[in-house]
Amino acid sequence: MQLVDIKDLRVSFRHHDGVVSAVRGVTLGLSKGESLGIVGESGSGKSVTFLALMRLLQAPAATIEADKLELDGSDLLNADAKALSDIRGSLVSMVFQDPMTSFDPLFTIGYQISETIQTHGNTGKKAALAQARELLAKVEIKHPDRVLKQYPHQLSGGMLQRAMIAMALSCEPRLLIADEPTTALDVTVQAQILQLITDLQQETGMSLIIITHDLGVIAETVDRVVVMYGGKVMEIGDTREIFEDPLNPYTKALIESIPGREAGKRKLIEIPGSSPNALSPPSGCPFHPRCKLADDKCASDAPNLSTFGKNRSAACWKVVQ
Amino acid sequence: MTQESSAIKSAKPIESIDNMLAPRNPMYYAWRRFIANRAAIASGSVLSLIILMAILAPLITPTSYEEQKFLTENLAFPSASHWFGVDDLGRDFYTRIVYGARISLSIGFVAAAFSVVIGLPLGAVAGYYGGTADWLIMRIIEIFSVVPPLLAALLLAALAGGGFGNIVLIAALFGWVQVCLLVRGQVMAFRNREFIRASQALGASPLFVIFRHLIPNSISPVIVGFVQAIPLAMMLEAGLSFLGVGIAPPTPSWGQMINIGINFMFFYWHLALFPTMALAVTVLTTTLFGDGLRDALDPTLKG
Repeated sequence: MQLVDIKDLRVSFRHHDGVVSAVRGVTLGLSKGESLGIVGESGSGKSVTFLALMRLLQAPAATIEADKLELDGSDLLNADAKALSDIRGSLVSMVFQDPMTSFDPLFTIGYQISETIQTHGNTGKKAALAQARELLAKVEIKHPDRVLKQYPHQLSGGMLQRAMIAMALSCEPRLLIADEPTTALDVTVQAQILQLITDLQQETGMSLIIITHDLGVIAETVDRVVVMYGGKVMEIGDTREIFEDPLNPYTKALIESIPGREAGKRKLIEIPGSSPNALSPPSGCPFHPRCKLADDKCASDAPNLSTFGKNRSAACWKVVQ
Repeated sequence: MTQESSAIKSAKPIESIDNMLAPRNPMYYAWRRFIANRAAIASGSVLSLIILMAILAPLITPTSYEEQKFLTENLAFPSASHWFGVDDLGRDFYTRIVYGARISLSIGFVAAAFSVVIGLPLGAVAGYYGGTADWLIMRIIEIFSVVPPLLAALLLAALAGGGFGNIVLIAALFGWVQVCLLVRGQVMAFRNREFIRASQALGASPLFVIFRHLIPNSISPVIVGFVQAIPLAMMLEAGLSFLGVGIAPPTPSWGQMINIGINFMFFYWHLALFPTMALAVTVLTTTLFGDGLRDALDPTLKG
């Protein structure tokens, strides 16, 4: 059985100019212990997809529709607040982009981590604090005792992101969603945090989803990659295959626009134009206005995700079997 | 040269940068802003003096407030033995003014506390849930803001009768609106902060988020709302007592004393002047103190 099972997820937001369709029919699955990378530009719907999965979007503004939205066999689409609180943290938890704002500025790190432990288990305050200390040691924080007593503004971004990961892992979730976990960090710290996340994933056997706009982040971290654009899935495949033989022209363009090792030797190829306006998305394939291969069919009909070989699928009219 | 090198030798090595980087508490900056505000400091001192006088009233007054000890001297003008003169019923007027501070201040503080008790949860719920809850609470607030408070309070006091408890409840009924709006604004600003979402993502229930994160983060607007509710309640009490539906005699209330004072105003000016001044100074200092506190705690909040 799959841990995450999303079928035809659609998310839209009410906006004063109309309805914004942020996610337009996303289908994807994730098995236990697997790691998945979600890549896309800003506004591709990658974060919204998983905020919707965790039901963290505010109800009146956001509308979530799906044929299936399941996590470890339990339906999330119609779950009530109580059920959601139980699932969040214990079954799935999330690490956010900016560690500086992910902690409440009023309380110490130790207090916040032990609080999270206490809300899920019947542990006492002391036991929870000891557990928090252990977790901080596990995420390779050098002075866990000191950090326990410190306030968020006293720590650096890298330290806070480690503490955030410790807090996210405090209830041993089966799935960790990391939404741009390294974007706000120093380049030197980025690699350490990614290494930490993959190490912890292997150690605990949990599943992992990394959301990023940086292909470099996921190249060495995840098993499979989902490429999203304009609220749709453009391509799914094993990381190696995606990088070596991208099928969708968008994926190809993304890979070409990585500076890479030969930076300076070749001219960086950018993707012309900008990501589509979610208020009035283009007809047909969302990428066609910027695609070199686009023709009339791409402009009128949206391609469906079709499989090409084992574990591989892409949504493009130009890819032939 | 040698002195210099010995100074270098004797200097302690820096073992930790922790102390140098000791972060300053946000309260430190609030305090700095507050003491830079002269009006707030001055009014704070005057207000503390008034509060002290109210607390120490029995020690600093010659008689009790209801004792008609000076009937032969009634309506006497201020003198060395009667600083504020004697009232129409032969009571030392200074004593009555000091005791009046007790009523005014206690009604102000208790009513402000009740305003927070009503306004804080409603504001938090409106700000956090939005939608229907917010709509409903905002409409209730609108009803309160279109009704003139004194007229409505007059009606309620006439129906329910005056007295300390009722006046407090009536003042809180009109005082919670401001607290509610301040808290609502703060909660709305914080609701979409990342740490709130992070806490939700880790399984915090709505009530947990409201009580453990949003309300503690709303403490400055709550303090501001509390202090701003005090002068409003004091004015309302004085107004109702002036109109005869507030605090009943012989308990001294400044509003009630002004009412009696105006009967004698053209000949015995002191009976109207002193309670009016006491009320004006107290309300003014609380207002200025509240404004200073607001500016100190929340420099972005204006109005």
